[in-house]
Amino acid sequence: MAKLSYLKALGRALADEMARDEAVCVLGEDIGVAVNNVTTGLLDRYGPTRVVDTPLSEQAFTSFATGAALAGKRPVIEFQIPSLLFLVFEQIANQAHKFSLMTGGQAKVPVTYFVPGSGSRSGWAGQHSDHPYGLFAHVGVKTVVPATPEDAYGLFLSAIRDDDPVVLFAPAQALGVRADVDIAALDAVPLGVGRVHREGTDVTVVAVGHLVQDALAVAEQLADQISVEVFDPRTLYPFDWAGLAASVDKTGRLVVIDDSNRMCGIAGEILATASEEMRLTVPPKRVTRPDGAVLPFARELDLAVQPHADQLLTAIQEVYKSSPR
Amino acid sequence: MTDESMYRAMRLIRRFEERCIELVNSGHIVGGIHPYIGQEAIAAGVCAALRDDDIITSTHRGHGHVLAKGSDPVRMLAELTGRATGLNRGRGGSMHAADFGKGIYGANGIVGAGGAIATGAAWARRNDGSDVVTVSFFGDGAVNQGVLLETFNLAALWKLPVLFVCENNGYATTLTVAQAVAGSITARAEAFGIPSVSVDGTDARAVRAAAQEAVERGRAGGGPSFIECTAYRFDAHHTWEHKARVRYRSDDEVAAGRSRDPLDVLGLPAGVRDGIDAEIEALLAEAVAFALDSPAPDPAGALDHLYATGLRTRDGNGLIDSAVR
Repeated sequence: MAKLSYLKALGRALADEMARDEAVCVLGEDIGVAVNNVTTGLLDRYGPTRVVDTPLSEQAFTSFATGAALAGKRPVIEFQIPSLLFLVFEQIANQAHKFSLMTGGQAKVPVTYFVPGSGSRSGWAGQHSDHPYGLFAHVGVKTVVPATPEDAYGLFLSAIRDDDPVVLFAPAQALGVRADVDIAALDAVPLGVGRVHREGTDVTVVAVGHLVQDALAVAEQLADQISVEVFDPRTLYPFDWAGLAASVDKTGRLVVIDDSNRMCGIAGEILATASEEMRLTVPPKRVTRPDGAVLPFARELDLAVQPHADQLLTAIQEVYKSSPR
Repeated sequence: MTDESMYRAMRLIRRFEERCIELVNSGHIVGGIHPYIGQEAIAAGVCAALRDDDIITSTHRGHGHVLAKGSDPVRMLAELTGRATGLNRGRGGSMHAADFGKGIYGANGIVGAGGAIATGAAWARRNDGSDVVTVSFFGDGAVNQGVLLETFNLAALWKLPVLFVCENNGYATTLTVAQAVAGSITARAEAFGIPSVSVDGTDARAVRAAAQEAVERGRAGGGPSFIECTAYRFDAHHTWEHKARVRYRSDDEVAAGRSRDPLDVLGLPAGVRDGIDAEIEALLAEAVAFALDSPAPDPAGALDHLYATGLRTRDGNGLIDSAVR
């Protein structure tokens, strides 16, 4: 067993896929020097035809990758800032995503868009701290938010191998997570399959991305009062509804914690689906950023807006107490 | 390609568009079309300089490019009439017609969007050791799209074999070039060091000559080229104008524009034209009959091809069959 950090896992996945498949190439800003420490060493190893430092032209290089994918490549694009995905929403949602259907299945666009450092990085303020994964799930782009180093590795691998566009969010607050892993046993993790990190019988907590660690801590804190099951969807779209149903059908109670805005957010979708289709015994709850939040700069304000472990703890207790007995 | 071949392509486009307008009026083509009539020499002239394995991206006014690049007019018409036998199995229609087997990476509903796609495809092919050239057709409206200007930079910077063809028909929908374009169209490309030329887009030979020079430069590693082709759109921006009766061009202006017909400008003898014309009438009669005899796609498959991987996601309340509605 060796210690592997989430960030190193991302880099290892990319390097392994580039070694395995010469169609894989990576584009992005400042990736030659690996400004985010993911693409380290790749330029030296593969040269500028497979590791492309791009000018600050996000819209052009995003559709450039679509063209390269249509012509047989498997481009991976690194975005330094999650909010850049707003800038290229047309290129992903309206171009790359639509080619397969619009062409009647003639075309595939295997591009992976990844953000090593999504959500708050403390002090990066309004335009660098978003978590727009719900937007991509809404339009139907495959959307992945790994929580652990082994899932970061395995889901990144699957994203690159997938024949459709995939957006991978690597939350800034997860990048430093380390785990003991058997490096030789690292493997692809299929898209669309969730993971139960901790089994429980009273309340199901769905936690997205870095919040899995918070959920596990809260579950441990409550262990002598409430048995909490922590479900990590890993992929937000397609969502593992069967996996969630298996958990909710057991607990009958649901809390979702999601570091994105409440209105039309992924947490709302999870609650709605659970309410429509699963055996909930009490109304579910969600812990999210407020409606329409813009992350303010000052540390106290930034933290005030992000969902917090204490809010999750309270929500779990409330859902548990409201149970008919 | 010979003059006769270019005439054949132009005549095919002209009569194809006229038959399409009839089918719009009869309700067989829903949603209308953006007629290419008047601009035929551009598609015919440029595609005369291309090989089968060269790649193009097209526009909302794309029928001419698709036909000139060699797509089957029979399956193209079936696509426009929304039939299962269409190029895109009825999933694309007029604005998304694509034929990857012929290097046609799709018409595109967003102005200027094809440029970066064509450029990325050129990069991919070049990195595979191929001397394929890609062409991006767009209108004068597209030269004010930021993503296209970003794309000029990438293509020039990386010396990619892309030919940018601006079809200046004088209007972005109803807005004149004078109202929309500061500076000049060719100066935009020249600013990036891209060799640029402006030619009479009603003169197929002039277009072909300019395209041949640009294509040879691209194949030889000389990077991108830009050709502005001036022409007049004989018909509406879109067939809805026939009913909406939008007034933005005087009768005199339209008459003057139509007086320079690219099919006449080529100047082939009547005897040659008559033979080709008869052949095309027969082909289009076959195309219309085939389209109208072809089945509509099965509503149960409305979201077939949504994902290249064949992923099936939730269909909500189910898909509605209009036949039983």
